Amino acid sequence: MTRQEILNELKKVISPYTTNKEMLAQINEDTDLLKDLKINSANLVDIIIDAEAKYDIEIDYDEADKMMNVGSCIDVISEKIGQKQ
Amino acid sequence: MGNRVVVTGMGVVSPNGIGIPAFLHAIQNGISGIKFMPHYHELKFSCQVAGMPDFKWDSLTNYVSEVTLHGLKGTNIAYGLMAALDAWKDSGMDYETEEPRWETGCVFGNSIADTEAMKNVINRVDNKEVKKLGSRVVEQAMNSGVTSYISGRLGFGNKVLTNSAACATGTQAILMGYEYIKHGYAKRMLVGSAEHVDTYVFGAFDSMRVLSRKFNDHPEKASRPMSATAGGFIPGSGAGALVLEDLDFALARGAKIYAEVLGGSTNSGGQRLGGTMTAASPAGVLRCINESLVSSNIHPNQIDLISGHLTATNADRQEIQYWCDALDRRGDNFPITNSLKSMIGHSLSAAGSIETVASILQIVHGFVHPNINLDDPNPEITKLVSVDSLPVKMIKKEVNIVAKANFGFGDVNSCLILSKFN
Repeated sequence: MTRQEILNELKKVISPYTTNKEMLAQINEDTDLLKDLKINSANLVDIIIDAEAKYDIEIDYDEADKMMNVGSCIDVISEKIGQKQ
Repeated sequence: MGNRVVVTGMGVVSPNGIGIPAFLHAIQNGISGIKFMPHYHELKFSCQVAGMPDFKWDSLTNYVSEVTLHGLKGTNIAYGLMAALDAWKDSGMDYETEEPRWETGCVFGNSIADTEAMKNVINRVDNKEVKKLGSRVVEQAMNSGVTSYISGRLGFGNKVLTNSAACATGTQAILMGYEYIKHGYAKRMLVGSAEHVDTYVFGAFDSMRVLSRKFNDHPEKASRPMSATAGGFIPGSGAGALVLEDLDFALARGAKIYAEVLGGSTNSGGQRLGGTMTAASPAGVLRCINESLVSSNIHPNQIDLISGHLTATNADRQEIQYWCDALDRRGDNFPITNSLKSMIGHSLSAAGSIETVASILQIVHGFVHPNINLDDPNPEITKLVSVDSLPVKMIKKEVNIVAKANFGFGDVNSCLILSKFN
């Protein structure tokens, strides 16, 4: 799975947690989940749980703490997918 | 004396109608909201009928953001949000605000979180899947969940609190909001209560053998307050909400005024002198009603309508006795009395607020809603009061003052005196 493919999928995972759909359509690796997409910080937990279910991976608490922008989310998810294979 | 307090907005989610127009139509026409529950039949409940609002979760998309709605599982919160936001809109105000509304607070009551939704939490924890619970459980499990969702949506910055007094919750919430405005602590209070009687709470009442079990084949006849064949209450669900405002504050913004809250009282019989966890003490009820009359500065003869607690248990006869004694009115002199529960069942914490909305609609539109299923009034009750005071058909008449009371487990009482706005 390429980083672009993960990003496209990630948009769908994030969608229920942001009302800023215009920004969501244009996200790139530098997009910050809290500052740019105005996601409630408490909901980051829910995004991680949804991502775990979508990719059938487990993300531990320390790794989850890194997932603050789109690029770092892709880093963690692609690493976990790689470990599965 | 304090400030005068008026009602400027109302919203309702009731088993026989969602929204004020549908609810008004239902109570004027004696339409029952009690339905057969196949699931309760499968579970071998004795009572297999309930008052469930015809509520669609999708309808909340017009009330809250999709982010809020995503992950919202608490049915009691959904009912409360809808009734409260409808009341707010009805009072002529916008949902959106950048600044907190410092002058407005909220007292919204409920009994218990949605235990059906909590079942998923319990299952996940027991399956060692606690990591999958997510962020939205706590805010919906906490008692203040309903109040928090409402106050967050509307930006309330004054007193925001949650009350719980079993079946007296709804009237107590309204009284608390009234007192804050009367004493000048707030200019406006959104008040009310919500209840979702889910399968597990319903089951617990079923096991107490206090529910009606002989009318499962005729759901609309199952709730029979004051009748000789009353055999227990029917649990109902829903929410009622009112916007209360300081009179001058409301007039200054040109608000329409439905009615005035003249006064009220909430107390307890102390679970002494005949009062217990589940039975009201006569002395406590009498004090509560009398204090309400005093605080409202009215004579008992001024009461045009009693909106009773009257759940369809053995306590109905005692309640009528209490009203006779408290008002010193009996026989032909007893005020017209009705029980909304004949149509929607007993929605526990939500009962008081839904019944207060019904009371105010009767004041505004000049009618008395019928007691349905009272074709066989309890002779012990008609010994005390004239059968003419317990109408089985809607009466068109001017209603100036209503006494609305509820009595709850824990020997807690609440009574409100509502008046046409003059």
